[in-house]
Amino acid sequence: MKFGVVTFPGSNCDYDAFRTVVDVLGEHAVYLWHKEHDLQNADVVILPGGFSYGDYLRAGAIARFSPIMQEVAAHARRGGPVLAVCNGFQIACEAGLLPGALLRNASLSFLGQTVRVRVENTDTMFTNRYAHGQVLSLPIAHGEGRFTADDATLERLEGEGRVAFRYVNAHGALDEESNPNGSVRAIAGIVSAEGNVLGLMPHPERAVESLLGSHDGLGIFQSMLARVSA
Amino acid sequence: MSRYRVSVHIVPRKGILDPQGKAVADALHTLGFRDVQDARIGRHVVLDVAATTPDAAGEAVRKMCDRLLANPVTEDYEIARVEGLP
Repeated sequence: MKFGVVTFPGSNCDYDAFRTVVDVLGEHAVYLWHKEHDLQNADVVILPGGFSYGDYLRAGAIARFSPIMQEVAAHARRGGPVLAVCNGFQIACEAGLLPGALLRNASLSFLGQTVRVRVENTDTMFTNRYAHGQVLSLPIAHGEGRFTADDATLERLEGEGRVAFRYVNAHGALDEESNPNGSVRAIAGIVSAEGNVLGLMPHPERAVESLLGSHDGLGIFQSMLARVSA
Repeated sequence: MSRYRVSVHIVPRKGILDPQGKAVADALHTLGFRDVQDARIGRHVVLDVAATTPDAAGEAVRKMCDRLLANPVTEDYEIARVEGLP
C-alpha cells in the first residue's frame, strides 16, 4: 500500500509518519509537497502534525488553502482514507473534512505528555485492530487541541458512532483530570460521516515501537492495512 | 476605485469557553473591577481594500471573514469601521 505524507511549511511530524510507514510497516510512502497537485496515486493520505504556516490566524486555517488540499479533499470525497494527526486534525476541520474545531487548550498551556485514550468504536477502518474499550498510551504535543462542536453536531457524532477515541484515566474511565485540553465530552478523535477520515490530537506515529515507549499507535496503521488491502 | 480601511472584530462566540477571556475577567475582578461580567479575547484585523463604495468594501471583508478570517464554527465577527483613505 502507498501512503502519501503531506508536507506543509511548518510540518514537523511528516518524517515520523513516513518512517512509521516505511520502517515499521514495510509499506511504501511518498512525501507530497503542499504546492503539488498530484497525490502520486497514494492509497492513503496522511496530514501530519506540526505548525503549518506558523499556526497564523488559527491552526490549520491557511494550510487548508494549499494546492494539495484540493486533491486531498477530492480523494476523501472518493472514499479514500485520510489520517489527520494533530495539526492535520486542525487542518481537516478547517477544510470541512471533519466537523467541529480545535481551540486553545483550556489551561492555555502547550501540552507535551503521554495521555490515555479509550477506543470507542472498533468498527472503523482506523480502529478495527483494537478491542472495544481498549486503553492506549499515546503522546500529545499541542497548544490548540480542545475539540468543540455545536450540540447538534455532537449528538450526530455520538449517535453515528463517530467518536473514535476519548481521553480517559489509566482505568479507562472518564474524569476531568484525564482530559488534558478540556475537549468537549473528552473527545480525542473522530471519523467523518463516511468513515474514511480520522482526525485525532494524539500522535499514533510517535507510538509505534517499544523503543518509543509505546507501540499503541501501531494499531491505527495496521487497521488501515487490513481494511484497505482487503 | 477608492481605497478604504476596514476594521473587523473577531471574537469567540458566546457559549464557547474562552479561557483567555475568563483569565482576564478573573484578573480584573482581583483588581477590583467588580462590574466586569464577561470578557472575550479575539482578534482585530485591519485591511486596506480597493472598492467603489464603503459598502462594497465592507461586503468584500464580510466575504473574507466567511471564507478565512473567522471560523464559522466558533467565532463571530463584526465590521467595526470603514474609513476612506486618501
